[in-house]
Parts: sequence; structure tokens; C-alpha cells
Amino acid sequence: MEKTIKMTKGTVAGIIANLVFVEVDGPVQQNEICYIDLEGTKLMAEVIKIVGTQAYVQVFESTRGLKVNHTVEFTGHMLEVTLGPGILSKNYDGLQNDLDKMDGVFLKRGEHTNPLEDDKKWEFKPIAKAGDVLEAGGWLGEVKENWMPHKIMVPFKFEGKYTVKSVASAGEYTILDNIAVVTDEKGKDINLTMTQKWPVKLAIKAYTEKPRPFKLLETGVRVIDTLNPIAEGGTGFIPGPFGTGKTVLQHALSKQAEADMIIVAACGERANEVVEIFTEFPELDDPRTGRKLMERTTIIANTSNMPVAAREASVYTAMTLGEYYRAMGLKVLLLADSTSRWAQALREMSNRMEELPGQDAFPMDLPAIISNFYSRAGFTYLSNGETGSITFIGTVSPAGGNLKEPVTESTKKAARCFYALSQQRADSKRYPAIDALESYSKYAEYPELIEYFRANIDPDWPEKIGLARDILIRSREVAEQINILGDDGVPVEYHDRFWKGEVIDFVILQQDAFDKTDASTPLERQKYMLNWVLDIYHTKFSFESFEEVGTFFKRVINQMKQMNYSEYNSDKFKQNEKELNTLIEERKIA
Amino acid sequence: METKAFQKIYTKLTQVTKATCSLKASGIGYEEMAIVHGRLAQVVKIIGEDVTLQIFSGTEGIPTNAEVIFLGRPPVLKVGEELSGRFFNAYGDPIDGRPPIEGEERQIGGPSVNPVRRMQPSEFIPTGIAGIDLNNALVTGQKIPFFADPDQPYNQVMAMVALRADADKIILGGMGLTNDDYLYYKNVFENAGALDRIISFVNTTENPPVERILVPDMALTAAEYFAVDKHQKVLVLLTDMTLYADALSIVSNRMDQIPSKDSMPGSLYSDLAKIYEKAVQFPDGGSITIIAVTTLSGGDITHAIPDNTGYITEGQLFLRKDTDIGKVIVDPFRSLSRLKQLVIGKKTRADHPQVMNAAIRLYADAANAKTKQENGFDLTDYDDRTLKFAKDYSDKLLAIDVNIEVDKMLETSWNLFNEHFEPAEVGIKQEFVDQYWPKN
Repeated sequence: MEKTIKMTKGTVAGIIANLVFVEVDGPVQQNEICYIDLEGTKLMAEVIKIVGTQAYVQVFESTRGLKVNHTVEFTGHMLEVTLGPGILSKNYDGLQNDLDKMDGVFLKRGEHTNPLEDDKKWEFKPIAKAGDVLEAGGWLGEVKENWMPHKIMVPFKFEGKYTVKSVASAGEYTILDNIAVVTDEKGKDINLTMTQKWPVKLAIKAYTEKPRPFKLLETGVRVIDTLNPIAEGGTGFIPGPFGTGKTVLQHALSKQAEADMIIVAACGERANEVVEIFTEFPELDDPRTGRKLMERTTIIANTSNMPVAAREASVYTAMTLGEYYRAMGLKVLLLADSTSRWAQALREMSNRMEELPGQDAFPMDLPAIISNFYSRAGFTYLSNGETGSITFIGTVSPAGGNLKEPVTESTKKAARCFYALSQQRADSKRYPAIDALESYSKYAEYPELIEYFRANIDPDWPEKIGLARDILIRSREVAEQINILGDDGVPVEYHDRFWKGEVIDFVILQQDAFDKTDASTPLERQKYMLNWVLDIYHTKFSFESFEEVGTFFKRVINQMKQMNYSEYNSDKFKQNEKELNTLIEERKIA
Repeated sequence: METKAFQKIYTKLTQVTKATCSLKASGIGYEEMAIVHGRLAQVVKIIGEDVTLQIFSGTEGIPTNAEVIFLGRPPVLKVGEELSGRFFNAYGDPIDGRPPIEGEERQIGGPSVNPVRRMQPSEFIPTGIAGIDLNNALVTGQKIPFFADPDQPYNQVMAMVALRADADKIILGGMGLTNDDYLYYKNVFENAGALDRIISFVNTTENPPVERILVPDMALTAAEYFAVDKHQKVLVLLTDMTLYADALSIVSNRMDQIPSKDSMPGSLYSDLAKIYEKAVQFPDGGSITIIAVTTLSGGDITHAIPDNTGYITEGQLFLRKDTDIGKVIVDPFRSLSRLKQLVIGKKTRADHPQVMNAAIRLYADAANAKTKQENGFDLTDYDDRTLKFAKDYSDKLLAIDVNIEVDKMLETSWNLFNEHFEPAEVGIKQEFVDQYWPKN
């Protein structure tokens, strides 16, 4: 891999915004990284097209002041990230610069900071021993990163089999110290450290098998877990007009989801939203470990005012970091907000290159790029039998709230879960504004997952979910009829049917993301409450008039919301439940 | 417009279009400024020796032997305390008849703030308008536009907000302002005796439209000077951002770019974000808050300009004429301040969030009752009361001519609740009801 040949050089021949034409004096490769020397400031750029001796490069920073004949140095490699202990809790930009290490209030052009700490000592424990035969991604040892076992692996770039010659004994080492020597198939010894590099545009394939997802990933959000579950290693996307709560939902997922590591890629969105994570996550407790949330979180921030070209890089950087941790046998949840901004960055560049546009001026290969990216998520078996996963959820910001636009449509083909945020629900403050019926989870139909539900939640779980959906559909149909015919234009039982759907809406679908208890509901509790609403559905009540129906069910809903607000199985919870039973007895037909 | 003795003068244009001209030149920096036939221009494209310049005021009457002088620098603004109280055009040149200011030259459209150096916005900006303070509280470091139809009095409301807000500096960026509106702002500021803390960058409808592109960057460069260097609270008013975006589409069209939705350039989102994201709260107290205007056509918020804006800004404010009371109100349903949670009930009284939600819910009930009424269904007693409440609420709180303190707004709300409803119908936490429900 590491060839020491003369690096290609070039000179700037033309400039249109952040597209620069470079006249080169030697070989260049597609997606190769180069640095343009703007009077001492090194601007990072990526080759995106080559015509004859001209390379078209997209510059990751502002090209203001750049002149023809400025010199360019090519690096011989694609955009790479540095992998090693120290990634957790970091705030990176899209190119993996550590934002905290940068000086000054403003981002400076050409400033590149070390993503890791070269002098920090890590407590190393060997896993492999001399004589072991490993492949790329094989575990040599581990260090404790925050509370997580961070595996030190045979570099992903290595091909073939490697015999371990020696591994450092337990002790403190920096990421640059030699921690192992391995011998390749030709008998050459190679010294290894705790760090390695990997090009972000390529998937890390250090696994033996990528099965269909078969386990549930708990998120604590009822409308997702109960009605539209996402699998561990699955993919989902959340499209929604502005103001429907995409970001609140993503933040909720990042706080509660049952994952070892969370990577948040803030891609072309508001800076203040990232600041919210910076500010809150170091304070918030991770309900699973009792540690601070920030300890399991890495943020890739490329906010909307940061260089556009780096937006595309930021999602790839995030995915690559995820793949690195997946190869350690960890459960990674990757959230990207929003993939539309990334698509727009592609559009800007395609436009400058004067490529023939596809729909809405997006590049023709947009669907391919999106599905290729989503395919990097997944559940994997590692060569040592362990498992690791990346679950990916991206938001999409459809222009004008129109779900027929190219980014939403392309994503719909790639992602297996679809969480539709509805403007109507947001307007009536029914949060989270996920439309449970419009949304779907293909995983819910996987036989593997259906088996998992029966074995781990309830033998009748899939049937119960189906029934809950039916109740909601019927309730919605009846609501339309009541709207047309008027309250007294329909039989009283129609009101009963309508309100039984509303009970599910208010008690299961709606959830208060700002309430400490209600914000996250464990599966056991979701099951308990679902059984409750289904019991109410099966119960027959007697009503004289339609007014009575509404009044009664409003009280039922209120009582059940109080249950949602109280700690599970606490005295308060039981008290509320008792009152609910009394209330139901009032009108129940025996 | 400075020229230096040793500068090279080019006199041969190879191409002239409606907005650009091209010539052969070397050693030119990207985005460098130039003077073409006495008009300011900026480098937008360099291919080898061919340099294309965008001429802000248009190319009418430019001959092929026009004199071209490159200034060797990107667009700059001279900053200093002296900016206060002054009026400038889109290039940062005075238009108030007073001499140019002396100060440090700063490049406009500079780099963005490192997100980790920002602070979470947390300071409430009272405006006295209950439709804003009570339901959509503004916070320092926020960016929020008025989404308004052209016939609505958004400039008046904005001037009012600006004068009442407790800001150290108010910077007006006027794009395509009519001369009348420009004079209106000037008068209001003068009459309020606030001129010494106001700085204006104005492009009126009399000026060439493409010049507008410079206005937000000028205004925000001045804002950054006061917020970063002087740690001041700066309020930036940008009106009207729709005309700014229109200017962008003119330029992109003339440069033969492929338009995306609504014939806007594909980079519209990034272009708008670069401006709005200058809103920031710094840890040392300095802040930039942006209040903008985006005019809509026929209330259509799915058009590319309001749509992209909505994804960038932290909420939006809608004005609406309430025909029942004959006044303009801040629409409580469609307006949203995303940052209000950071201050209401924290920097204001603890009952604020609950009172706000209860009143809006009752107002929504009134809207339902109204629909019922229009469809010919009978109204219940509750419906009648919500309708009466809605009228009072609109008149005493939502109308833009209201100017009271937040505590007074809360008190007014409680009085309206008491007048029309029982505590159980209002649905506010018992402890607040005990404390604030008026005792008759």
C-alpha cells in the first residue's frame, strides 16, 4: 500500500467558486486529496473529475483570493480518517478536525487539527498472543475508552493473513507506541500501533457475514418500538416539513436508544442545534450505564454555514467511524440530520461541472449514491464470532414538504423504515408527529423479527400490533364521517369507535419528549400499556348520547396519561391504574 | 473607491453580457474586487487568463475599451465605533452626506464561528408585543423571519421590535426597500432618538438589484465587529430577504446556471444559511440576533424561498389581519419560536409556558367552533364562550399595537380565563391556578 513514489504536483488553471481546475504533472486518482497552496494557507480539496492533464477538484474551504498558477500538491490517497482510541466524546468537523483544538472564535481556512491525542496514555490489555493468525480487523488487544472496551485491530487496509509475532504486555501506551508485530504471508514483519487510517468513501468490510437484521433495537419511543420497530443494524429515515419535530425526535433517539455508541452527524443544519447537544449531553445521564451521555457520543458537526463540500464528506466520515466501532463488536447508532443537505451539496457541484441534470437539478446518480450509503449500515458477524451493528437513521428535509421530491424518493427505496412526520399532527401538537399509519417498518414483516417478537415480547405481539393499526384506521375513517355528517348525524357507536382509536393515539402514539418519565418507555412497559388499550377496545360500554362518549373517553385518556407520567409500577402508577379501573367499571357492560 | 498609482489598467473586454464582462488578465485573485468603467465589480470566474467579472450595477453602456482596474482585495467594510448613526449604500459608502469613516478594513462574508465556541442562547428579548413575548419569545442569538404578504405592515412591526428590544446596536440591512420605507425607518429611528445606536446599509428600489447581494454581508460584518470586538448585543434587521434571493436568481440565471425549484439557484439553501447562521451567542456576552422579513406570494410557504428559510431559521412569525377586531395580529398557530423553551418559565414567570399553551388551546377551540358555526351546526355554551374569549384574546394580547410587560400579559391572560371559563376548562396545573386565578 505505502509506495514512496514522487508525488504529483500541479498548478491552478481556473476557479469557479469551490470548483478548481488543476493542471497536473503526473498521475492523479479519482477522489485523491490535494492541498492548494494559497500564499501559505493549505486548502484541502478532492479530485472529482479528470480530463487529460486537468484535474477538477472540489475545495473544502473558501477559495477567496486564490489565483491561477498557485501550486497544488497531491497526496496519493483519498479522504481518510484516523482511527484509534480517543474518538468518543469528540466534536469533529466533516473532515475529522477536532473542533475543540482550534484556536479562536472563527474557523480559519487551512487549519487542520489532530483528531486524536498523540501523547495520551491508554491502559492496554493484550487479546491476541504470539502465533495467532489474524486478518484485517482481527483483535490484537484493547484499551478502555471512557467505559467502553476499545479494540486495537489489525489495520483494515491489510490484505491476507497475518501471524502475530508479539503483542505488547499489559501497560500504558500512547497511540503511536508499537503494540504488536505481525508477520505477513511473505514473512515480512510489520510494526503496529493503536492507530490506522481508512478512506471514508470505501466501506470497511472486516466482517464475515451480514445477515438480515433479526433483533429489535429499542428506542424508548412508543410509536417506533411498538408500531414501526427498527431492527438492530437496520436503516430508517424521517422526512418531514420544517417545524414537525425532526430534530427533537433525533435528539430523543440519540438520548435513549439502546446502543453502545451514538454518532450524530449534523450535516448542513442549524449550529444552535449542535450547541444544544454540546451543552446538554455532557450533563445528561445515560439511563443504561449511569454515565454521562457524552461519553458514548461522537459529534460530526458540519453546520449549514460551514463549507458546503465538506458536508458530503461529513456523512462518510461519520459512517466510517461507525464501521470502525462496529468491527469492535459494538452496537452503533448513526444519526444524520439531514441527508437532504448533503444531496444539495452534490447538486451544487454537479451544476458547476455543467453535468446534465436529473430531476430538480439533482445529479442523475443521486439514487445510487444514497442507496450505496445506506447499504453500509447493517448487522455483522465478525471473524471471531462476535457481532457488531450500525443502525442508521437519517432525516430528510423535503422541499416544500413534498414527499415526491428526488431525495425523499431515492431514500425511500434505500431505507427499510419510514417515519413520516405529519404537518397536521404537529399543528395539533400531537407529538411525536409521526403518522403511525403512513409510516412503515419493513422489518415488522421479516419472519426473523416476528419470531423474535413472539419469543421476547409476547407470543401474540404481531397480531396485537396489527389490531392496534386496524383500530387506528377505523377510528380515522369514522372521524371523517363524523366531520361530514355532524356529531348527531352518526350512531353513538361510531363515536365509541372513534374514541377507542383516540385512546391509542393519546396513550401510545403521543409521548412527551420533555417529561423525564414519559420521554423513554422500556419495552416491558410499552407492552403493558398496549395490552391496556386493547383491553379497553375489547370492552363494551353503554352510552346514551354522543356527548357522554367523548366525556368518558377524555377521562380515560387523562387517567392513562397520568400513568404514563408516573414511574412504572410505582405507588402513583398503581393508584392511577386503580382509578382507571373504577372509571371503566362505571360504564362497562358486564 | 480607491485606486493606486502603480495599478495596471486593462482596456480590452473580450465579452460583455447583461451582468458580467470578461477580459484577459493575470495574477487575479478569486472574489477580488475591480472597477470597470467606474462601476464596482467582483471576480466570479477565472479560467486561465480569462477573468469574468460580475458588475453589480449592470453592464448598460459599458464599451469594449472600458477601463478595468483590479483592487487586489475582496469586498471590505471599514469598521469602527464611528459606524454608529450612519447610513451606507450596499458598498459601504456613506449616503448621508457625511464623510467616509476611518477604520479597520474587514473582509465581508468572512468565516463562520466554530460551533464549539458558541454558547446556547439563553437571554430573553422583550418586545412588548404579546403575540411575540407571550407566545413566541425571542432569544439573543436567534434568527427568525416574519413571513408576511407584501401588504402587511412588517416594516412597522420590525421597527417597533427594534426600538423596544434592549440592544446595544441595531443594524438595518435594507434590500429593495422602497424609498418611502427607507425614509420611514429613518424617521422612526430619528424620532425615537435612537439614531446613535443604529447603522443602516440600504439598497432601495432605485438602486440596481444585484447590488443587494452585498447588503447582508455588509450588515453582518458590522454586527460581528460590535459583537466580537466590543462584546455588544447586536440586533440585525434584514428586509426583505425575498428580494435578496431574487437578486441571487438573476445572477445565477445570467451566469447560465441550471435553476432548481422555483427558478432559484441550487445553492439557495447554503446562500441563505451563510447569512442567517451569523446569528450567534458568544460566552462573553456579545451576541447577534437576526430578525428578517421574507415576503410571501399569496401566503405560499412551500415556495423555495420561505421553504429554505424555514429550514434554516429558528422559527417564523406570521402576521394576519383579524377581521373580527379589525387589527393585525401575530398568528398564534403558524408562528413559532424554536428557542422560546430556553427562556419562558425560566427567565419569565414559572406559569408562562402553561398560560401560553392553555390560551392557544382555547383559541384553537374557538377556531373549531367557528368552523362549526360556518357549517351550520349548533353551538354549545362552551363554543360560545370560546368565541368571546378569542375576540378578547386577539384584541388585548395578539394585536401588534399591544405594548406591555410579560407579567402584565400573564395577568391579562388569567383575567380572560376567569372571565370566560372555569379553572377545569383551562387545564392549568393546580398550583398555578391557586396562585394566579383571580379571586372574585
